[in-house]
Order: sequence, then structure tokens, then C-alpha cells
Amino acid sequence: MTAVARLRGAVVAPLLAIGVAGLLCAVALLVSGASPWTAVTTVLSQLGSGTVAVDTVNSAAVYYLAALAVAVGFQMRLFNIGVEGQFRVAACVAAIVGGTVVLPPVLHTLLIIVVAVLTGAAWIAIPALLKAYRGVSEVISTIMLNAIATGMIAFLIRPETFGELRGNNITTPPIPESGWFPGVPVGSGTIFGMVFVAAALGVGYWFLLGRTRFGFELRASGESTTAASAGGVNARRTIVVALLLSGAIAGLIGLPELLGRDHAYTLSSPQGYGFTGIAIALLGRNHPVGIALGALLWAFLDKSAVALDVVGIPREIVLIMQGLIVLSVVVAYELVRRMEQRAEQRRVAAGTPEPVGAAS
Amino acid sequence: MTALVERVRTLPGWARSALIATGLVLALSITVTLTGQTQLASSGTSQAAVGLGLPILFAALGGLWSERAGIINIGLEGMMVLGTWGAAWAGYYGGPWAAMLGGLVFGGLGGLVHAVATITFHVNHIVSGVAVTLLGTGLTKYLATLVFAPLSQNPRQSPRIDGFTEFSVPGISEGLAAVEAQQRVFVSDLAGLLSGLVTGLTPIVVLGIVLVPVSYWALWRTAFGLRLRSTGESPVAAESLGVHVVAHRYVAVVTSGGLAGLGGAALVLNSAQLGYLENQVGGRGYIGLAAMIFGNWRPAGLLTGSALFGYVDGLQLRAGGEAVHALLYTATLVAVAGAVLWAIRRMWTAAAVALGAGVLVYTVYWTIESVPSEFASYAPQLVTLIVLAAASQRLRPPAWLGEPYRRGEGS
Amino acid sequence: MSAEAVELRGITKRFPGVVANDGVDLAVHTGEVHALCGENGAGKSTLMKILYGMQAPDEGTIAVGGAEMHFRTPADAIAAGIGMVHQHFMLADNLTIAENVLLGAEKQHGIGRAARARISELAGTVGLAAADGSGARSAGAPLDMLVEHLGVADRQRIEILKVLYRGARTVILDEPTAVLVPQEVEELFATVRAMRGEGYTFLFISHKLDEVRAIADRITVLRRGRTVGTVDPREVGNAELAEMMVGSELPSPESRDSSVTDREVLRVEGLGLPDPAGGRDLLDGLDLVVHAGEVLGIAGVEGNGQTELVETVMGMRRHARGRVLLSGVDVSGLSTMARRERGIGYVPEDRSRHALLGDQPLWANRVLGFQSRPPIGRHGLIDRGAARTDTERIVADFDVRTPGIDVMASALSGGNQQKLVVGRELSGDPVLLIAAHPTRGVDVGAQAGIWAELRRARRAGLAVLLVSADLDELIGLSDRLAVILGGRLVGTADPATVTPEELGTAMTGATR
Repeated sequence: MTAVARLRGAVVAPLLAIGVAGLLCAVALLVSGASPWTAVTTVLSQLGSGTVAVDTVNSAAVYYLAALAVAVGFQMRLFNIGVEGQFRVAACVAAIVGGTVVLPPVLHTLLIIVVAVLTGAAWIAIPALLKAYRGVSEVISTIMLNAIATGMIAFLIRPETFGELRGNNITTPPIPESGWFPGVPVGSGTIFGMVFVAAALGVGYWFLLGRTRFGFELRASGESTTAASAGGVNARRTIVVALLLSGAIAGLIGLPELLGRDHAYTLSSPQGYGFTGIAIALLGRNHPVGIALGALLWAFLDKSAVALDVVGIPREIVLIMQGLIVLSVVVAYELVRRMEQRAEQRRVAAGTPEPVGAAS
Repeated sequence: MTALVERVRTLPGWARSALIATGLVLALSITVTLTGQTQLASSGTSQAAVGLGLPILFAALGGLWSERAGIINIGLEGMMVLGTWGAAWAGYYGGPWAAMLGGLVFGGLGGLVHAVATITFHVNHIVSGVAVTLLGTGLTKYLATLVFAPLSQNPRQSPRIDGFTEFSVPGISEGLAAVEAQQRVFVSDLAGLLSGLVTGLTPIVVLGIVLVPVSYWALWRTAFGLRLRSTGESPVAAESLGVHVVAHRYVAVVTSGGLAGLGGAALVLNSAQLGYLENQVGGRGYIGLAAMIFGNWRPAGLLTGSALFGYVDGLQLRAGGEAVHALLYTATLVAVAGAVLWAIRRMWTAAAVALGAGVLVYTVYWTIESVPSEFASYAPQLVTLIVLAAASQRLRPPAWLGEPYRRGEGS
Repeated sequence: MSAEAVELRGITKRFPGVVANDGVDLAVHTGEVHALCGENGAGKSTLMKILYGMQAPDEGTIAVGGAEMHFRTPADAIAAGIGMVHQHFMLADNLTIAENVLLGAEKQHGIGRAARARISELAGTVGLAAADGSGARSAGAPLDMLVEHLGVADRQRIEILKVLYRGARTVILDEPTAVLVPQEVEELFATVRAMRGEGYTFLFISHKLDEVRAIADRITVLRRGRTVGTVDPREVGNAELAEMMVGSELPSPESRDSSVTDREVLRVEGLGLPDPAGGRDLLDGLDLVVHAGEVLGIAGVEGNGQTELVETVMGMRRHARGRVLLSGVDVSGLSTMARRERGIGYVPEDRSRHALLGDQPLWANRVLGFQSRPPIGRHGLIDRGAARTDTERIVADFDVRTPGIDVMASALSGGNQQKLVVGRELSGDPVLLIAAHPTRGVDVGAQAGIWAELRRARRAGLAVLLVSADLDELIGLSDRLAVILGGRLVGTADPATVTPEELGTAMTGATR
């Protein structure tokens, strides 16, 4: 298949899916008596207003990290549903460490990042080992650990352990300025410094998958565990490394907001990024550029939705839009994949003069 | 002794289960006597357990139906969420029976989406499950804002709906209460545990419990059930025998969604919180799936799993960390008993592992005063993890679970 | 012999790029055993799937008992009295014998007592040993056995039983003898003859001429999707039939000079492998030696430990006993990759599962198994340029018919896929090649090409461990033969003097 055809396949499916999702949303809006046109113009007009653009980029960076964490596992058909738990525990532990130690500026930030990465990896170590050595489905074990993570965080940040009571909220000790990650002021907002870390990680992800032995073995295992094992891939090691890597990246998800805005982890710190990451990884088909576009789209829908309430349309229509996009995109990818496969078989058969019999 | 153990091994399944259950109650009873944690086997705890375990039971039954047909369903969560909205909406206008129907229908619609994606479009089951959950949650929030906000002035909550009137099984309920009040070892504890099953019942509780044997009968004792299970074991073989694999899988997954939706209705009809509340499902769909895996894809097993989740939840809610702490003592007893039994059967490795686990759990019991309440609620998840780690080799999922299948492509 | 039991006319079926059936005609008389012959890929299986309603023909008609039929699903075919026993058994391991038989036929006698009585009755007709009811246990008890506990011959009889239970009068047997040992073949033929006496009609698909002549009343030959003709086996000879099937002469193994040296490349000592399911050991006390320039052929009925032997030598199976030495160095503790790096090439028996990444381009498939060593792997990185260049070389040298190296591996025909695999495994100067069924499911042209490559590599000093079920291939390529039975090597033979018949008896253990 030529590169052009590949690209076409990769672009057509998501556009089709977004179109279908938009259409269905329009129907939903019409049924509920609102104008889809107003909704579209309202959302699009947000692009230039206030800090929406900056907020979108910041939010997209968080989503991008989450989706990368998920995508590393997806490459090997490992479903790390536990990104949610990993990132929350990692953010909490990193915030506690960052708020407790005293270090010079750069070192302090680095330490927080390292702690977050290690915590994320540690939280997935149990499912990884269970999967590799006991054959336990990582889906179930990571879901269980998501729940346990909630308990763990509640335990860690209660005032008797490491937390502090502030007003109505329980929080970790605030990270001093030496531990912050400075951002870049743009207009009336500030782009998180971690945005650039996320972008660099995307490049690293691309290189890892396409150019390294580990990336090859990861993808080979994802496509066929049997062929990979006959080709000398150590399945257990690949599973463990892939999941640890996934968990390590997941550990970073909470940091853009922690180091760039909040400077403490609280009971009301945001949740759900792990599941958003799954959706965006699906949307971007595990491709570093695709994921980036997916993350931007998702973040933009999130940030511009607020304006919908003003014109009397429930902003939750965006949630439906997002859900529909994911559902239709996975269907579209599957259909396109099948079509491409058939087309390729026809092309190969047409291009080879040899008389072929049926597969028996 | 060895001969006795061998005789036990040849007993029919139900008798062995009864024996094991008796052993567990005995262990619990000993714990109550020695630690004084009467809540461990009180009627209040067991009633709370039934209420908390019910939604999980429905979700687990949903998982059973879908996965027996070979379709992994982690979309149960989303289907339950849809069910809560459907139940609250229908219940607000039509009362509790309508609420059940509403939950059933909305959950079933979620199941239909999952079925279309996985069966017709061959999307990976887990991917589709995640997408269905996302869509279900989003749709529910939208509908709640649209429909409930004008009624309750709160987009996150529905107005209060009418619940079922509770009833108790006459005679038995009072009898058990009387026995429990006598505070006799074992007998009173057993009565306390059983009373939850006969006291403060509602039709939806009865339905949930009845659906366990009904599911068994439908899936294992009817031609339809045989066909449905065959699509999860070997769809190629089933197709070659003229079984309409696609149709049976659709029925299975839509039923699965409907059951999950009933789980949502069970949450909405819970007397403590009658109505829809955002995030009230809170991962119970996933827990239901875990309970089903815990139960080895069998109806009786998933009932046990759901009961375990409900029990620990209820215990921690009623009696807090100290009661859960006492459970560690029970766990030690069970581990030691297991070690002894295995040793008699000369299964030394298993015996050693059980003994080691017993020592470990007892050490934990001995070193800490109380399980922090933050952790106590998540004990079932921890137990599930341990069970998966210890028994994963003995679990028997349907052979074709999650595998891709297309009509006419069998070799 | 009044109306035809089954009559197919002008059946055409096209797949993307392939015409599997091209105007095929087939007429089967009532009460006969009609054989359908043809090489692998001649279109036999496709034709039978059409007759059984699993696939719809693009053109042509199907008539049963003189009436034209349109089968959309197997259920339609079953209703018309046609049943099929697939080559790969269509049994659900996790269901019981009774459940497997009843599945899809619950309307016949329900799923209760009446149904079980009927199953027990038919079990006698098909000679099902497992359901005979032995000793004190009640006659119905074995019907509740899970199918996973049964052997191959019993499974086949359950398949026939399934078909009869549905009231089939015409039974399609798709390569029924491929999995059986000769004694079991004889028993099967006895059952078939007895049932023919009761008026059943059989369509018997095979490419084994001797068997076809032994059982069939008439033979229809297919070649490359077309009907060549229908003949009476009493009137035509083997050579004629073979020519109808292949179009020319059988690809017969050539005789040639020995290139065997006395340098040991592979030595296996006391190899044993426990059954993870707890049964009898899969391999037990197995010793063998392969020298440079030598082909050691492993003969045996499938399922006697060949797969396990190969995978243990490759280091893909855990918990093996004994030692594997490569050129005198013990590699028993090494990983699959380490063994490959030391010069083992591996052509697995199931190419689509074990040798290829179907959705990856050809050049990425070239990387598989070579990702750790030059020229492709270096310092943990993959050199794409080197992989592409070397893929081009394989495509040219091994005559892989493809428009380019960017096509997905799954798009190639089986023969071209296998040529790519063989080419890959022969690159990087291996000292030992393990080839399991290297020409299974490939067309005749590719088969000849692969055989030529194996001979060339052998002449260049390669040691080859060849596992095959095709006796012609074994005898034609091997310098020595070893027979495997029940996970042990039970005998050796000289391919120059041994006959397929002699080998066949050794493989079944009948000689001892």
C-alpha cells in the first residue's frame, strides 16, 4: 500500500466519524428543541475568545499524556484501564513529596517528576506481574486498582497522614515555588511548561515504536503473540515493560496542572483523565500525531462547551458528541481496515500473473 | 479423616457449597465470639449487604449473559448509568414498577449499541465497552440536565420518586429476629445473616435473587441457552450447525444491557436515596463484572461474589474499620482451615501457601488496631485481586470470549 | 440410483483476486460413496462450503433429489438432508458430548430424555466407543463427558453422529482421514460401508488416491477450480487419476548425492516435556542428532509430539527436561532469540499464526526474528533501510510474487507467504533450519520451489530438521528418517529403501 493511500485511510475514517457524530448530535439538539446552528456557531466563536485557546492547549497536553499512556499498552493489545488510578496516585504522592522536601529550583521539579513517574509505574506493577506470570486479565486488575487508588489517596491526604485541612477541602502541603514548572505567558493566559514535555514525549513515543527493537517487538506482540514468540520476542518481558512504561507515562498526567497551576493535590483535584485518554488514544489510532489532533479536538470541545449554557443549550451535548465520535470512529476504523485489506488482496492478485487456487 | 475428605469430594456441587457456606458462617461466628464484633453477623449488616449487593448482582448477571455468548462487556457501567436515568424518569411519572421497566429498557438500549459495534461491526469488545460507557454517561448527563433540571432545579439530581413498600416474609422474619436476639453462638449469627434475605424486601430484591436460578435454567437447561453458550464456546461450530450466531449474540448482549439497567434501577429504588443522582453508579458496573469473574462465569458463583462485595460494603458502612479489621481474623481462620484440608489431601504446596497467607493476614491483624476506613470500603476489590492472582488458572471463561468472529470465515 | 442425491451445476465462486470455483459440475447418485479429489487449493473445500450453505455461489445451481435449492445458511442445507463433517472438527471442547450433538437440533427430540435415547442409539451406528457406556456407570453418563477429554477418532464419530441426528441422508466428509492412523481409517471405512448399506450417501473429499480408490464408487476430480471429469475407480489407474489432479506428473522427489558430513550441528539428549494439563508427558526421553549437510526427517501421525519437539528445540516451551546442544554448545537455558542468534532458522507449521504478521508489510515481516542482530538490528534500533533491501533480495531470489514489499503479508497467497518465510529463515547464514510442514497448503509450483531451496541449502552445509506429514516430502528430502510416536522416537529408517507402507506401520506402532 502506498503512503498516500495509507494517509487517506487514516484521515477519511475519523472525518467520517466526526461527521456522523455531529449529525447525530444535531438530531439530538433538534429533538430537544435547540438549534444545532446556534450550537456550532457558539462553539466555534469561542476559538478566539478569552483564554479558550490557551486553556485548550493546556488541557490537550494533559489529555495527550493520558492518551500516550494508554496507547503504549494498546500497541500490544494491552488495555490499561487503570491509567486513571495510576495518574491520581502518582499526582498525590508527587504532591506530597514536592510539598515536603526542600530543594533548589530545577532539582526540586525534577524530583517531583521522577517521583510521579516511579509511582505511576509502581501502581501498575501489580497488574503487570499478574498478567505476565499468572495470566490475569489486566482489564479487571487495573479496574480494581482504580477503586483501590481512590482509597489510597483518601488515606494519604487525610490530615492524620500527610494532608492538611484548608477550609472545606483536604489538601497536600503546597509545593514551594522552587518545585514549580514555569509556563509561557500567552495573551491573558499561560501555557504550562509541561506542554513541551508532553510534545517531546510524543516524539519519543514515535521513535520508540517505529525505530527501536522494543517498539517492533511491542507491535509484533500486539498483532500476533504466537508469531512474536516464534520470532524470539520474550512475551513476559514485553508485557511487563510495556505496562510499566504505560504506568510511568500515566504518572505524568497530573503534573501539568500540579506544577503549573494548582501546586497541591486536593480531594477535589480533577478526575477522569484516564478514561479520556482511552477515548483519545482510540480516536488517534495510537498514532502520535493522530492522538495530538484528537486531544486538541477533545480539549476544545470541553473548553468551548461552557459558552453553550449561555445560549440555553445544555453543555452536556458535548459529552454526547465526544461519546459518539469515539464510537463512530472505532466502527469507521474497523470498516476502513477491512476495505483496505480486501482492496490490497485484489491488487496483489491482479498484479501477479500466477494462477492461484482457493485457500482450502 | 482422609476418607471423610474423599467422601466430601464426591458430594454433589450444591452439598459441597452448603458445607463450605456452613464453614464460613462458623468462622464468622467464632470471630464474633472472640472479638465481640457483633455487627459481623447482625441482621442490620445483612440487610445492608443485600441492598448494596443487589445492583452488583444485576450487573454481574448482565456480564454472565453477555460473556457466555463470547462478548466481553465492560460497557456494563455505561448501561447501568443509562438505567439509572431511565428508572428515575419512568419512576417519576409511573411509580416503582415503571422505574424497573425504564431501567430495563434504557440499559437494553445501551446493550444494543454495544451489540451493534461488536457483533455487526466487529469492533474490539473492550474498546466498544469503553465507548459505550463514555456515551452512556454523556447521554445520561445531557438528559438529566434537559429533563430533571426543570423539575428539581438541579441538573445532577432527579426529584424524589416513589419506592416500593418493603415487606418481610411473615413468620420466618420474626422467627429469625427472635433467634438472633438470643445471642447463641453460631445459631444466632446464622439467623442474623439469613434475616437480610427475608426482612425489608422489595420486589426488585426478589427479582434479583430469583434471576440467578432463572439465568441458570435459561442458559443451561434450555435449547436456547445451549445455543447461546455455544456461540461463546465455539461460534464456528455453532454456525456450522445452523445456529444463528449473530441473533443469539444480539439477544445475549441486549439482555445483558437490560440486566445492567435493572441494576441502575435498583440504585434508583434504594430506599436511602430514591431517585437519580449523578455518579451514583460509581463503578458498580465494573464491580459486577469482577464479581462474575470471581464466580467463574457461573450463576451461583457470581451470587457469591456479589454477596461478598455487598457484605463488606455493608459491614464497613454500618460498623466501620474495626469490624472490617475483625474480618481479618475470620480470614486467618479460613486460611488455616484451608491449609489443614489441603494437608490432609497431601497437596503440600497449596497447604503451604494457605498457611503462609494465614500467618500474613494474622500479622496484619495483630499489628494494626483498625483498618483505615478509607481502605475498608475497598476490601472487596483487594479480595478480588487476590482471588484472581491465586485462582486464575482454575477459572474457566468461555473459550471464545473476546475473540473476533465473522460469519462464514470459519475454516 | 434414481434421482441424483445432489447435483451441482456451473458453480462459480470468486474471492478477491481468486476464482475458487469456475463452472464446477458435480452429480452424486443416491446411496453411493462419491469421492471429490484434487490438490490443495483445487477448490474442493469452497465447493463443499457452498453445498453446505456456508458461502453463497456467485453463479450456478444446486439441486437436491431433483429439486433446485438455495442455501443461505447451513440450516437450509441441513433441512434438505445434507450434513457436513469438517476437516477441522467443529466441536466445542467445553460442552458435553450430548450438548455438542444437540446443539442446533434441539427441535428434533427436545433436549431431554428422548433426545438422549436417540443419541445413544445413533452412537451405535457410528461406532462411538466413548458413549457405549462401560461397566457400572449408567449408559447415559458418558454423554455428559466434556468433549475435550476425547481422542481424535471419537471426535470424528461425534461429528458424524451430529449429522445423522439431524436426519442427514447425504454426508460430506471433508478430508476425514487426515487426522487418523491407518487402523482408524479402516474402522472409519467399515462404518461408511455399513452406512452405505443402510442407504446413506457420502461425499468423500480427499487428495489421497489410495484411500479414494478403496472407498469410492465414483470419483470427480477438480483442478484449479474446474471439474476435470468424473470416473469409475475400477476403470482408471492411479497414474491417470494423478494426472487428472495435477495436470502433469506428480512432483516426485529426485535422487541426489549425499552431502552429509560428520559434524554435529544439533544434538538433543533426553528431551522431555510434561503436559501442562497434567496428562502423560508430551515428550519423553527423546534423543536425536542432525549433522551439517544432512536432512533428518521426523515422520509420525500428527499429534505425537512433533509440534512440541520443534517448539522445545526453539526454546518456546517451558519446563522441558534434557539438553539441546547446538554445534556442541548447550543452549537448553537460552531464550528463543538467543537460539536464533546462534544460527537456528525456523519455519513453523502454522505460517499465519507463527511466522507472519498479517497486517504488517513484507519488509516488517523480514524483521521478525532478526530484530536483534545486524544487518537489521543494531544497538536496540531497527535499520529500516537494511530490512527493505534484504526483503527485495528475498522477493527476487525466492520468486515471491508480489507487487512490492509494502503490501501486507496477509494479501499474499499461501505459497508466496511461505516462500517469503523460507527466504527469511535462510538469511543470516543459519547453521540449522527447523522446518515444520514447509509446503503445507501451498500450490504445486511453490512447493517445488521450496523443495529446491531446501536442497540447495543442504548442499551448502545446512543441517535441517524436517517435520512433515507428507511422506513423499519426507522421503524425497531426508537423508535419514526418525519415527515419532507418543512423544518418543521409536525407530529410524533409510529413505532410500523404505516404502510409505512400511513407514506407515511404524508410525502407528503396529510393528512392535
